[in-house]
Amino acid sequence: MSAPATQRSTAQISVNSTVHEFDGPPHTNALDFLRGVGLTAAKEGCAEGECGACAIMVARPDADGTTRWTSINSCLLPAAALDGQEVITAEGLADGESVHPVQEEMAVRGGSQCGYCTPGFICSMAAEYYRPERADDAAAATGNSAADHHCGPNGFDIHSLSGNLCRCTGYRPIRDAAYALGQPETGDTIARRRQNPAPTSASTDIHRADTATGEPGRYRRPSTLAEALDILAAEPEALVVAGATDWGVEVNIKGARAKSMLAIDRLPELRGIRRTEDHIELGAAHTLSELERELAGSIPLLGKLIPQFASRLIRNAATIGGNLGTGSPIGDTPPALLALDAQLVLTSVQGSRVVDLAEYFTGYRQTVRAAGELITAIRIPLPLAPMTSFQKIAKRRFDDISSVAIGYAVSVEDGIVTKARIGLGGVAATPLRADATEALLEGSPWTLETVHGAAETLAAEGTPMDDHRASAKYRTAMLRSSLERFYAEQEAGR
Amino acid sequence: MSQLSQRPTDPIVGESHHHESAFGHVTGAALYTDDLVGRLAGVLHAYPVQSTQAHAALKSVDIAPAYEVPGVVRVITAADIPGVNDQGVKHDEPMLPVDEVMFFGQPIVWVLGNDLEAAKAGAAAVTVDYDPLPSLVSVRDAIEAESFHGIQPVIDKGDATGAFADAAHVFEGEFEFAGQEHFYLETQASLAQVDESGQIFVQCSTQHPTETQDIVSHVLGVPAHEVTVQCLRMGGGFGGKEMQPHGYAALAALGAKLTGRPVRLRLNRTLDITMTGKRHGFHSSWKIGFTAEGKILALDATLTADGGWSLDLSEPVLTRAMCHIDNAYWVPNIRVAGRIAKCNKTSQTAFRGFGGPQGMLVMEDILGRVAPKLGLSARELRRRNFYTAGQDTPYYQPVRHPERMEATWDQVVSTAEVEAREAEIDQFNAGSENVKRGLALTPVKFGISFNLTAFNQGGALVLVYKDGSVLVTHGGTEMGQGLHMKMLQVAATTLGVPLSTVRLAPTRTDKVPNTSATAASSGTDLNGGAVKDACEQILGRLTQVAAGILGAPAHEVSVTRGIVSALSSKKTIAWEELINAAYFQRIQLSASGFYRTEGLHWDLSIMTGEPFKYFAYGVAASEVEVNRFDGSYRLRRVDIVHDVGDSLSPLIDLGQIEGGFVQGAGWLTLEDLRWDESDKPSRGRLATQAASTYKIPSFSEAPEVFNVSLLDKAHEEGAVYGSKAVGEPPLMLAFSVREALRGAVAAFGSETFGAHGPSVELASPATPEAVFWAIESVRAPVIGDAAASGDAAAATAAEGLSVPS
Repeated sequence: MSAPATQRSTAQISVNSTVHEFDGPPHTNALDFLRGVGLTAAKEGCAEGECGACAIMVARPDADGTTRWTSINSCLLPAAALDGQEVITAEGLADGESVHPVQEEMAVRGGSQCGYCTPGFICSMAAEYYRPERADDAAAATGNSAADHHCGPNGFDIHSLSGNLCRCTGYRPIRDAAYALGQPETGDTIARRRQNPAPTSASTDIHRADTATGEPGRYRRPSTLAEALDILAAEPEALVVAGATDWGVEVNIKGARAKSMLAIDRLPELRGIRRTEDHIELGAAHTLSELERELAGSIPLLGKLIPQFASRLIRNAATIGGNLGTGSPIGDTPPALLALDAQLVLTSVQGSRVVDLAEYFTGYRQTVRAAGELITAIRIPLPLAPMTSFQKIAKRRFDDISSVAIGYAVSVEDGIVTKARIGLGGVAATPLRADATEALLEGSPWTLETVHGAAETLAAEGTPMDDHRASAKYRTAMLRSSLERFYAEQEAGR
Repeated sequence: MSQLSQRPTDPIVGESHHHESAFGHVTGAALYTDDLVGRLAGVLHAYPVQSTQAHAALKSVDIAPAYEVPGVVRVITAADIPGVNDQGVKHDEPMLPVDEVMFFGQPIVWVLGNDLEAAKAGAAAVTVDYDPLPSLVSVRDAIEAESFHGIQPVIDKGDATGAFADAAHVFEGEFEFAGQEHFYLETQASLAQVDESGQIFVQCSTQHPTETQDIVSHVLGVPAHEVTVQCLRMGGGFGGKEMQPHGYAALAALGAKLTGRPVRLRLNRTLDITMTGKRHGFHSSWKIGFTAEGKILALDATLTADGGWSLDLSEPVLTRAMCHIDNAYWVPNIRVAGRIAKCNKTSQTAFRGFGGPQGMLVMEDILGRVAPKLGLSARELRRRNFYTAGQDTPYYQPVRHPERMEATWDQVVSTAEVEAREAEIDQFNAGSENVKRGLALTPVKFGISFNLTAFNQGGALVLVYKDGSVLVTHGGTEMGQGLHMKMLQVAATTLGVPLSTVRLAPTRTDKVPNTSATAASSGTDLNGGAVKDACEQILGRLTQVAAGILGAPAHEVSVTRGIVSALSSKKTIAWEELINAAYFQRIQLSASGFYRTEGLHWDLSIMTGEPFKYFAYGVAASEVEVNRFDGSYRLRRVDIVHDVGDSLSPLIDLGQIEGGFVQGAGWLTLEDLRWDESDKPSRGRLATQAASTYKIPSFSEAPEVFNVSLLDKAHEEGAVYGSKAVGEPPLMLAFSVREALRGAVAAFGSETFGAHGPSVELASPATPEAVFWAIESVRAPVIGDAAASGDAAAATAAEGLSVPS
């Protein structure tokens, strides 16, 4: 195992242009770090990335080499993950007596009542304010509120705030404030900062014992995949962390602690999108937001899925590989990726292997990924099926966990179904394919009669449970009605 | 106009201003209780050991292992309490249990550590040995077991029993509906210190600093004057910080007293949801009679509030629920019995509306269900039953200004183009198989004042400094509702100075004593009256000084926006000059103000009197679109006209109306409290104990089009500067969303149901799943028309389901 060249035992984090040193236990989240240095604007509302009161802005590399101000939940991110990074909080947006345009609009329009969620809203709004494509979206604004991507006349995507909860205002004044914003002025230093590259990923290695238990703790961020695989080969039990949107919840809510954490989300080998003749390969450490932007609808089923995946704040941190790495039965990407016949590239020091996603899940939060292996990429075979849909059944339209999620990719030629792929989530201990329904559909005419005839088969594909999200009976009913819904959508879309 | 309600020329009340701390909010400069921790040295952090049983005898609690955890400083048990081990006002709520735990999640002991990690690890090390006892988790369990506590009041007016014989239509039913978690973004927080003289200083996120002080004082066994409570501001309260903070403040204070170090007690979200009280869910059973014309003739109802393990505020919540079952409707013969279920859950408490919403929901649900059976549209049925002049409530209070209800209703019908849109919706529904729309109007009539007369008093302290600047403190607390801005506007208006001359100091019990909770929407009425009184006392003295300077009679002197003038004098002077002159004349430049609401009386034993100073009115029209495949829905448009009297601060009132509406819609549609009612070891555990499982409205649940206007010509004689309370009433405007959902569901019914469609039963909350089952029930009616005979069936809201068999 080769040690990285520039190891540091503490993290250096630039917050509002001042560099702070972090040398706390590795499980410390960025929110507690910030509040510990006296920056108390970011608040803890839920400690699980649901409410956005802890939102901050981080300078992240954009696909074109510039910087994108990216809003994230500081409660989920390990503070050590910010080593070498630049952060802006609500405190840093105001410049002495002069407040930021986002702050001004929110204040004067009644966008705050109790004010507790407000600094988080401000950071989410500021990130959207600086979104480079916003000016283009302003030109194309439709005003169609039903659309998932809902832009105001100034191009402000209101769904950028779907991960921020307010209990007081009812949101109308916040929406008005968002839509009243202009474009950044020429002298805006935060806007100017975007033109230069974002900080590169620091090579980090922090050892620090847990204060209460005395247990040793270590946080490592290697620079290359080879280093990461070496570490994992030597310490197969090391906890692999990417966006930490799942792990952060375990730490905060369940008190989970890892003796050794291995951060892989900035590894260059795990990032980017590669296209070949017969597949599109998605880097496992690409965030959902990056995929949304860079795919730009080129995989329509993912284009339908991603806006429904958690919230912008989560998508800005969560990676597609991470959503598969947890092995959760209710992750939102597996149903869609199953429908797309996706494959995973699993890599260890021994080399890489390619596994069908349909073969990947083996049990509740269990997969075929061996100790020492990383998910390095996800491959989507080409050509893509022309008819696709992603149905997410949840209590809340956005920022909610699915009760049931269903992905469709169907090809029809001359009125006959030639290929049907249906991925299901939330109806069994693992995500699964609706094999029997697929078999029933393939070779059948694409008609309402076929759809009705297959309804009971699809209803019987899962073994759903009763829980606080939904009853088993409802989940089964959702499977039963799903194909008809898909059919109705396709007919309406003709 | 009364003197209290009359406005001077060019008043500052009535102007639109943003929240007093708005710029502090947006920059993060505004501090909340837990933001103060880093400013103190040596702070200890508290973490509880929570019960893992719904109901059990405590055989033993071994705290010794906690002390072996590095960083643990102290474990606090019931034995450490020097005063009274009680955190409520009914003496049925031990702060720490001695021999019995009453709900899953109840704190048993608290561990203080040098940091939170240590406190948590210490808490995890404590072992508790339980002897499980039988538990009651659901309100139905408690009713079955006849487990009730507190009062069982009855409203009885006219002859309900006899009137049913004369009724053309009689319907009976049951309806059980869920409570609501406050989900204030800032969880409960207290920070306690002891100073050199033993004085306890508690900074606390509390709506009721005086009661927090009282509880700290009796837990510590010290007089109230040894305890000071300060509340800078709250990150939301909604009633959840009226009673709930006291025990935590007292624990922090006790910890500070025992250790000599500051103690921080902040509940994380899961602790907060699993330990603190919520809006009461209710069970109701009812029988209602109508005339042939669809007028309500009689109502007989029993309301059972799901009170939880201790009484807390359940009695007044129940009383208010009973006093609001009429909502806006004249019920000549009525009998309402109330009781409070005692069960093994958190002790349910105040929540915006304080029982009012629950009482009104019962009536609105009845009307929504029976309208098709009466052959009327629900809109017509509601309109037909409004109070008219000369009628009185079930508790014999005359209904003042009932014409405002009609005016408000008609204004919504007109401005929201209700009739045209109803036709459009019918047309849309006829052509849409999978998606249907519904539009519904519902009214609100909400009584303002604490039911208990004694609470209707307020206090203030106004200090004018020699430079003319003014500092106001009052007994109310700021939780986002904009009270402080309204108080600044009242002070500036009364004194006649610019708004910038007045500053507000945080609420503290050593400034204004013996305050009432900032609750019951009464913050502005009570504290505004007191601020106005204090300012008038000072102004009265100053006019004498001004008269001398201006050479005019005192009654002619007026102060407007900092300029002092008199009718018969050409001379004017600035406010600052007047103050300077007054100081040198040795005139007292400070005053404490006081206000009590006049004309209230209430006899709880017979549930009659005039408990409310006035009623606030409002009407909402909501339009929804429902998808039959999964029961999901969108709130397409909401139109509201609401009566806030003459608004003191329109931007703030608008915010209260919009925010209250969305919070109410959350209660009725999305927010789903699920307790484990199984017989597993997790029985009694709240399953929805985090933001990931308990969903409050987000942007996507807010109305897509939201038109709110304030009722014109709404002057209220009985309140400060002609205004009306606004905190709670708008929450209940959200009934319109639930009724619109009912309408959209009915549109899925087959034509055999007739012109007004099927009678739809809808669970509350009407989650997508609940709406889905309601659609299924009208799409595929059971032989014999289940929907029409469904009155006796309970909508089993606790499961969130109404599953067709």
